[in-house]
Amino acid sequence: MIPELGHFALVLALLLAAAQSILPLVGAARGETRGALLMATGPTTAVAHALFVSLSFGCLMWSFAVSDFSVENVAQNSHSLKPMLYKITGTWGNHEGSMLLWLLILALSSGAVAVFGQNLPATLKARVLAVLGMVATGFLLFTLVTSNPFNRVWPLPEDGQDLNPLLQDPGLAFHPPFLYLGYVGTAVAFAFACAALIEGRVDAAWGRWVRPWTLAAWCALTLGIGLGSWWAYYELGWGGFWFWDPVENASLMPWLLATALLHSAIVVEKREALKVWTILLAILTFSLSLLGTFLVRSGVLNSVHAFANDPERGVFILILLAITVGGSLLLFAWRAPSLEPKGIFAPISREGSLVLNNLLLATSCAVVFVGTLYPLFADLAFGARITVGPPFFNAAVFPVFVPLMVAMAVGPLLPWKRADLWAALARLRLAAAIVLVFAVLYIAAVDRRLLPALGFALALWIVLAAATDLADRIRLGRIPFAESLARARGLPRGIVGGIIAHAAVGICLAGIAGKGIAPERITLMRPGETTTVGPHTLRFDGLRDISGPNWRGTAGTLTLLRDGREVATLSPQRRFYPVQRMSTTEAAIRTSGVADLYAVIGETSEEGQTVVRLHWNPLAPWIWVGTVLMAVGGLVSLSDRRLRVGAPARRRREAAVPAPAE
Amino acid sequence: MFALPALATLAAAGGFYAMLSGMRRGSFDPRGVPSALVGRPVPEFALAPLPGWDKPGLSSADIAATARARPVLVNFWASWCVPCLVEHPQFMRYAAEGIPVFGINYHTGTQTDPGATAWLRRHGDPFARIGIDITGRVAVDFGVYGVPETYIVDRTGIIRWRMAGPITPEIDAEQVRPLLRSLS
Repeated sequence: MIPELGHFALVLALLLAAAQSILPLVGAARGETRGALLMATGPTTAVAHALFVSLSFGCLMWSFAVSDFSVENVAQNSHSLKPMLYKITGTWGNHEGSMLLWLLILALSSGAVAVFGQNLPATLKARVLAVLGMVATGFLLFTLVTSNPFNRVWPLPEDGQDLNPLLQDPGLAFHPPFLYLGYVGTAVAFAFACAALIEGRVDAAWGRWVRPWTLAAWCALTLGIGLGSWWAYYELGWGGFWFWDPVENASLMPWLLATALLHSAIVVEKREALKVWTILLAILTFSLSLLGTFLVRSGVLNSVHAFANDPERGVFILILLAITVGGSLLLFAWRAPSLEPKGIFAPISREGSLVLNNLLLATSCAVVFVGTLYPLFADLAFGARITVGPPFFNAAVFPVFVPLMVAMAVGPLLPWKRADLWAALARLRLAAAIVLVFAVLYIAAVDRRLLPALGFALALWIVLAAATDLADRIRLGRIPFAESLARARGLPRGIVGGIIAHAAVGICLAGIAGKGIAPERITLMRPGETTTVGPHTLRFDGLRDISGPNWRGTAGTLTLLRDGREVATLSPQRRFYPVQRMSTTEAAIRTSGVADLYAVIGETSEEGQTVVRLHWNPLAPWIWVGTVLMAVGGLVSLSDRRLRVGAPARRRREAAVPAPAE
Repeated sequence: MFALPALATLAAAGGFYAMLSGMRRGSFDPRGVPSALVGRPVPEFALAPLPGWDKPGLSSADIAATARARPVLVNFWASWCVPCLVEHPQFMRYAAEGIPVFGINYHTGTQTDPGATAWLRRHGDPFARIGIDITGRVAVDFGVYGVPETYIVDRTGIIRWRMAGPITPEIDAEQVRPLLRSLS
């Protein structure tokens, strides 16, 4: 009964989404007064659509929670012995359920636009809701026709086939929701872009409305990618945190473009320039999110992540993708030429630096795009089998990232309209001097490898530049400290968030550079033997059998020694999930906050020797600390009242006041 | 100029459509890489013996000649490779049972293997013949990802099976033994 209810709610949601995509659009075309009634259906249908998708999702979750194996999806992806947490998160650990989660987040976003967008002009709001409705209609249709999560199965299976054990993990349990929140959040920016193209008007207010949505999506995407890489770090047991896997790239590409969009929307807001480019970015960001969905679910890409695939389904998504992306880009080709560029600006200025930021981010996105898709197209066109691996990405992305990192420190110090680069650099001379001294000392005393040294220097440069920016704004040292503190409290949240996020990039970069100098040791060990990695000495104390609710496994014991005394034990595991016939590794990680000691055990030979792999990863935790701080910066910025959608009413008053120091 | 993104998208969509229809027909297989050589004959090669070690070198003709009598295992290994040591007892057992095992000492452009003879002396030599792949060319022809990698060649000289990674007792019992039985 419950699954049927969910199915029925989903069909109702489809009808509502269809109404949401047509009625407000017609209303908006008839004009503000004559179409008022039709436009008013927008928020109503959007909220109802969100409610019914939520109900449907709740029904699927219920079926998973009570292990209703008469539902095919539950039988294929759950097991009665699985812990409750993973029963629930298993709802979105499969193709059908994750599509439903995708739809839920899309429906909630359009509901949020309907509820919180009271200050949007009526026609813009109606068109935004209509575009969101169209996207939702397409994907609801896709889910109902090709991937219905509520299909029943007969005869009833005795038990489920269990969830892929790699997904039975807290990190991965919450990775998809954040990622989808990010992907789908970009749909709102996309809808704003399409609506603006239909309206034929992009102005500063538009930039102001788009930013909070982009920012929210960007925060979620940042956290989602961070969680995914953290999971890869401790669960895959390869010691790395980023593998340039096609599916990872599929999430990185929209992130890079969303970052660019975030910055170019500022230019639209402040200077009414870069309009066409910003619209294109908004469309492309969502297009890349959809592309990721297509690549993962069609089976075109060969990846560790891929869902059970089906080319039939792939054709359906491809058609949806072609309509959504092709349609919006045709709209762009048709309407964008009529968008008048307003502000012509100097290359050395805040807006000039933001253009540079956009160019570099878009270039790095293009590099990742080519590296991810080239093998597929090479195979198709020339029948050549090529794998493009980390060496390509590292070699191609670093040269773009280095100038990006150098420039991102300087950009925020440049004033709008016309700036003096030398004056900005002069403000950074203290930071530059510290970085130089650090670089010389580091290369002389610690390590001579160039790339990690460059990474550390850039990381320090970014953090110091952010600190300089903050210190200048609160006039630290030039006025009494109490006054500085008062100024700090008075700083607009948008500025504070920006400073935090920029510094966080530096922290994250330091962690990544730390991986570049991380020593590792792979060795065979008998119980009682000791080995060293980095500054640590470890003794292998043998293996023992362990078991969990739906797995059995082996745990190794490694004792960390300091001056012959036992300091701590690490217990890496290998688990075997009999239902899925799969093994996983559980790395043991001991972190001190500035470095990780990372241990994995492998096979045991017949003579009783076990493969032990040890990494000492200096600064590795900072990768995720930086990622979380980036999202925190975004959230702080999001809490800026000027960014809230209610801002336009206040805008006119603000315009009379001299612009705040930014 | 404003139409460029739309045109690029249409071209990409066409390409993806071709891939998907190729997948349905079976002419396009993105997962095909790992098993590129299974079902194909052994690539042509002739390798010199390991210097300072008293075993003959290895060529594709040697594999074909031996395989006519019974299926052959070809193992890529190196002395610096830890998993190779894990699977080593397995190979000693095959050799003791008279199953022909041929070794190819793995080199890449940058990584050579000066410790190969010492490794064989210390742990035992299961190989009937050992070729030294100094240029790394044979590993490329086989499509080797890394060491260890093992191939099984049937009596007609066709590669029937490939394992990237060590042959553990489970893999031996579940895959290697049944295959050897069915091929001989």
